[in-house]
Amino acid sequence: MKVTYRWLQEFAPITASPAELAAQLTMAGLEVESMAPVAPPFSGVVVGEVVESGRHPDAEKLSLCQVTTDGKNRLQIVCGASNVRAGLKVAVAQVGAQLPNDVTIKRATLRGQESNGMLCSARELGLGEEHEGIMELAASLPLNQNLREALDLDDTVLEVNATPNRGDCMSVFGIARDYAAAGARRYLKYAPATVAAGGKAAFPVSLESPACPLFAARVIRGVKPNSQSPAWLRERLRRVGINSISAIVDVTNYVMTELGQPMHAYDVAKLTEGIVVRMARPQERITLLDDKEYELDPEFLVIADAGGPVGLAGIMGGRPTAISDSTTDVLLESAHFTPDGISGRARRLGLFTDAAQRFERGVDPNLAAIAIERATALLVECIGGVPGPVQLSRFAGAATDESHWVPLRRDRVTRLLGAPVPDTDVHGVITAISERVEAMSGGWRVLKPAHRFDIRIEADLIEEVARLRGFDKIGEIHAIAPQIAGAASEAQVPGNRLAVAMADRGYREMISYAFVDPILQQLLFPDTPSLKLANPISADLGEMRVSLWPGLIHACRENLRRQQQRVRLFEIGNKFVLPRGELHEIETLAGIATGARWPQQWGSASEAVDFYDVKADIMSMLTLTGDEIGVRFAPDSLPILRPGRAARIYRDAAPIGWLGEIHPQIVKALNLPATAFLFELEIGSAFMAKQLKYHKISKFPSVRRDLAVVVDESVPLAVLQENVTVSASGLLSELRVFDVYRGPSIETGRKSVALGLILQDSSRTLTDVDADAVVTAVAARLRDVLSATIRDQ
Amino acid sequence: MGAAESLSALVNQALADVDASTDLNALDEVRVRLLGKKGLLTEQLKGLGALSAAERPAAGQRINDAKAAIHAALEMHRIRLEQAAMERELAKGTIDVTLPGRGQEMGSVHPVTRTRLRIEQIFGKAGFKVVSGPEVEDDFHNFEALNIPKNHPARAMHDTFYFPDGRLLRTHTSPVQIRTMRLQQPPLAIIAPGRVYRIDSDMTHTPMFHQVEGMVIGESISFANLKAMLHGFVEQFFERPLGMRLRPSYFPFTEPSAEADIECVFCDGRGCRVCKQTGWLEILGCGMIHPNVLNAAGIDAEIWQGYAFGMGIDRVAMLRYGVDDLRLFFENDLQFLKQFP
Repeated sequence: MKVTYRWLQEFAPITASPAELAAQLTMAGLEVESMAPVAPPFSGVVVGEVVESGRHPDAEKLSLCQVTTDGKNRLQIVCGASNVRAGLKVAVAQVGAQLPNDVTIKRATLRGQESNGMLCSARELGLGEEHEGIMELAASLPLNQNLREALDLDDTVLEVNATPNRGDCMSVFGIARDYAAAGARRYLKYAPATVAAGGKAAFPVSLESPACPLFAARVIRGVKPNSQSPAWLRERLRRVGINSISAIVDVTNYVMTELGQPMHAYDVAKLTEGIVVRMARPQERITLLDDKEYELDPEFLVIADAGGPVGLAGIMGGRPTAISDSTTDVLLESAHFTPDGISGRARRLGLFTDAAQRFERGVDPNLAAIAIERATALLVECIGGVPGPVQLSRFAGAATDESHWVPLRRDRVTRLLGAPVPDTDVHGVITAISERVEAMSGGWRVLKPAHRFDIRIEADLIEEVARLRGFDKIGEIHAIAPQIAGAASEAQVPGNRLAVAMADRGYREMISYAFVDPILQQLLFPDTPSLKLANPISADLGEMRVSLWPGLIHACRENLRRQQQRVRLFEIGNKFVLPRGELHEIETLAGIATGARWPQQWGSASEAVDFYDVKADIMSMLTLTGDEIGVRFAPDSLPILRPGRAARIYRDAAPIGWLGEIHPQIVKALNLPATAFLFELEIGSAFMAKQLKYHKISKFPSVRRDLAVVVDESVPLAVLQENVTVSASGLLSELRVFDVYRGPSIETGRKSVALGLILQDSSRTLTDVDADAVVTAVAARLRDVLSATIRDQ
Repeated sequence: MGAAESLSALVNQALADVDASTDLNALDEVRVRLLGKKGLLTEQLKGLGALSAAERPAAGQRINDAKAAIHAALEMHRIRLEQAAMERELAKGTIDVTLPGRGQEMGSVHPVTRTRLRIEQIFGKAGFKVVSGPEVEDDFHNFEALNIPKNHPARAMHDTFYFPDGRLLRTHTSPVQIRTMRLQQPPLAIIAPGRVYRIDSDMTHTPMFHQVEGMVIGESISFANLKAMLHGFVEQFFERPLGMRLRPSYFPFTEPSAEADIECVFCDGRGCRVCKQTGWLEILGCGMIHPNVLNAAGIDAEIWQGYAFGMGIDRVAMLRYGVDDLRLFFENDLQFLKQFP
């Protein structure tokens, strides 16, 4: 909320400059978000009066004025404003005046007429944007008074951000009270003069809900209808960001700002019978001051008369019974509503009001009676009227004794803050925040101040001691922690290793939102159910991703649009899938590759990345587990992937991921310039690591035999490999595929696969005879099982 | 002219011929002419027989010296010529060392990950264990158990994403505190980095961002300990001495609560645009764990106490690397990512 320096000074002895004050408030937990002087620096401007005003003889749009600043001497001033007229009190910048923007007022001759100063507009003085005419000052202002003094311009507006636990600081007085406790260790108390009743006018009030334990009401009869509040009050409200509406509304706003008690004024003539504070009835409707109609339910507390609700308690008043230009009899409401009775209700209706904000955080119950006196005094001062007696109603079931004592143990202060605090300091703080403090064995007990809804337990008092002394009074002490051996598990490849290894393979890590465009996700995963947000930030971030691929495809496409030609991206994050309707967050490593196999470079032809390039990346990653032997790629299908170029990845029987080329239809639908390869690995299963174990290195040399095997296209390498392995009598240490050839020398529908068999035994040197025997056995097996022919053997 | 003089002239001529040879063939011709079977010196040796026995040893000595001198000159010149030939050969094979290399390029780790890993390292070395929790949370863990009941005004501080069934995207990493406490009794020291979500979007807010939660519980873990740990952290993170201050604030799950400001890293606290002329940058929220939170999680607040903090990983990454728009982290522009190897 906004407060002004001068207004705070009315309650607290502030000698600090506005900037120092702001720093002190911030360090006491009342963060000053911004600070602005009410007026920029200027001097030499005084209150004057236009004595005569006539047309400039040689300029149609200028007036020739006679102005006095002392009631005797006259100054001739040329003025261009259309609102200048005799009798008007004006702001006169005298010769020599320094105005904002480095303007110095000099004696001048304008179209042949001498001008001894300037009559100022608000904009010329930096007081506002108004420049249609000169400022019209209140007639009551004394001549020759320095304008800064006359308009109280040496003031600063502070925007104070009170945290949600500090309802007590949502007022000028509340902030002053906390400041006094922090700085001067003084407990500030507010005691307004009471206004004696001038008549007996009263209005029946009954309370039917514990959410309103207390209700102060007062009727003021015969106020001057349709009147404006005085200039000083309007100006104060303006400075704190409140528009002037009418005298009555201005006064209630003023009291709320000053004391923190939200108030409401009803037009007595529009109320029928008495008012009742009760819970709303189902489907009860009310039109509030914002001119909108709301449907209520029994969660809402209302002020009602015989005709139904006339106000939404603690949130906003009703339109039909509101005061208007013709109101002469006013009913003032200054009630206490409990935080529980108000909290969340305004938000449910999409409302955000000053009153609700305060009641939700907690308003001092004692304030109701105090505020109504303050409001009465201001109203009577501004617009007259005869006040009736203050009517104080209490809910019958309300607890009468609200005293709550909070203990404060000395050793707890020491233990929580880390170092002892001198008793005098503790005592100084607690007596500055509470009127009653008593010594107890081992410490004190403190009566919870009625305005402090944030003080309930001992920790809250320790917080007050720390806060009001200043957190800087607490030193830095290193904790002595028990030494407990930490984990360094090899059961899983560490997450950071995954990111680094992917980067080493040329991929760049990206991070995308976990919510994605439902249209894109639907296109990519048409049959996959997803978790939809009830309140997405925008329609295109409407549901949780079922895969990291939508984000990767999106980022890839954006980069291609930014003229990148080669993209390798990966992301590590959760996907949100719903197998059998139950949510699983699965941590996944996924990637996308498009463009050339290698960054463009001299000396090698540029070729597009293909399935096998990405497969090598995946296999390299899986090698980190020490358990890549059981990994296999099985043909499978997903709508997002091109049929015939998609594989499910398994370790033994467990699926761990996918690899495939993006479906050409999706390439087309997304207008991608080239195809792309996508992969994902579910981290938990894919990167489970094997306990490593050393295998003895064979001392005997290996023998290599190459075989060119011609088989049907339909025979996958995995099948060839299996057959070679089983027929190699345990001597195969490695099988390399060094060529796959299709061409004129091979029948159509067949392919030649060149295999390099590395043979090795752990106990002896293999002879040519051994190696030949293996080759013969392998060839026989391939011929028999796969109808293979062996070339150039 | 006597025999000695003529031999000396012969040697001089031979040495001149050796020096004048420009290739190995020419050099060989010189050798044959002088030292070959019918070479000039060989002939002279043959002529020794004509001399008297008294003259023969001295003359023989002279001729052998002359032979040795010529031989040495030949050998030296041969090495010179061979070296020159090799140098010519190598010069032909000169390559342009300024041409770029070939092969795969390095990829990169996202700056937020890089920052997270550093944070994990700094706290890890102080004995903190890294834990994690789900991103889709329930009201209990995200709010209720953290002392934020329904209708609490603090809920307005969190613009929460909800699912139709009432679950939500966690608005902070604090629910991991609750999950950890319910699994394990103190003493505890954990950090929990992860993604969090709030309905917010501008230069410094994105609907998803990263936080790291920290929590330490012991019998006497104090506010002074919190200050020391955090100050140590920021100095290690920014790798320089850096002022830090705690400012009173409010979080329902800590009491006392504070916000930590560090001396502005852009202007050394003198005041600049980034720190809005205050000289301070807010980097995290922290405090002593509220007794209600401990008790609700089954930890006796009369015995145990501790501190907790929550820091924006993206926020400190921005400060560390001078990134002025948070959204850059999630646009994944390769030109941005390439800057963080």
